[in-house]
Amino acid sequence: MLNCDEFVELVTEYLEGGLDPDTERRFVAHLAECDGCDRYLNQMRATRDALGELPAESLGSEARDRLLTAFREWRS
Amino acid sequence: MCPALGGEMSAVDRDAWAGRILPPDDVVVGRLRHGDEATFAALVDSWSRGMLRAARTYVASPESAEDVVQDTWLAVLRGIGRFEGRSSLRTWVYRILVNIAKTRGVKDSRTIPVEGLTSDDGGPTVDPARFRGPDDPYPGHWKEFPQVWPSVETEFERRDVRSHIEAAVSGLPHRQRVVITLRDIEGYSSEEVCGILEISAVNQRVLLHRARAAVRGRLEEYFSAQLR
Repeated sequence: MLNCDEFVELVTEYLEGGLDPDTERRFVAHLAECDGCDRYLNQMRATRDALGELPAESLGSEARDRLLTAFREWRS
Repeated sequence: MCPALGGEMSAVDRDAWAGRILPPDDVVVGRLRHGDEATFAALVDSWSRGMLRAARTYVASPESAEDVVQDTWLAVLRGIGRFEGRSSLRTWVYRILVNIAKTRGVKDSRTIPVEGLTSDDGGPTVDPARFRGPDDPYPGHWKEFPQVWPSVETEFERRDVRSHIEAAVSGLPHRQRVVITLRDIEGYSSEEVCGILEISAVNQRVLLHRARAAVRGRLEEYFSAQLR
């Protein structure tokens, strides 16, 4: 059996599909029985998803214009 | 625009670019070498945001990060004739970025923690005090389950959560910060991030895990303060 303190360290490997079949089986078996770890896994997923929703930083229009000018010079 | 390469972009190409789907590398590289400005502009528009975020992990200010991105694109133009396709074009561009950003980071004398002095390796990512001790009938199990997080509903709350996440990411040890930035914020694959940073898959996963666990911990603190 897997304990909760071991489970929490395997979460990313699980989400990446990197666990070996035996460990994955024990991970999923633990998950089915433990609400605390189910929450932990969901919160790690929510964290990953929230990171993906941070607003974009974009290059300023001046910097972009300078690059396009540099491109025209480079091309000629 | 070079007529030999198909002339004006078709509507399909334009739509594809708006959705950040670029043509295959060999097509992009061919167009760049032929001086196709629209292709260059599309690359700059598609990749600069991730490059800014990545650069920001090495240098001290947003202005420096913008300089690094500009210098990278200029270096890409100088070097595109030598690009051999041994990695993807994006990986190649990002490696140039990382080199320029490192040099610039040293010039800014921003201290990037030396490997080994950071909490990058080893040690639990969740406070061991959260789990029952060896004498408990259920050793290694939660003393108390993590609290359920409230749903974030208003725009004000969403902004608040985002700023806590940004702060948590900025506070990470450098290698964790750059990995979580590329993987989770920019959505690059683990293979690509390993290629850009020239680290092993295992190392990458460990850094990502530690980084995510730290950001989760920060969110947990934030939400439990809200619930009190």
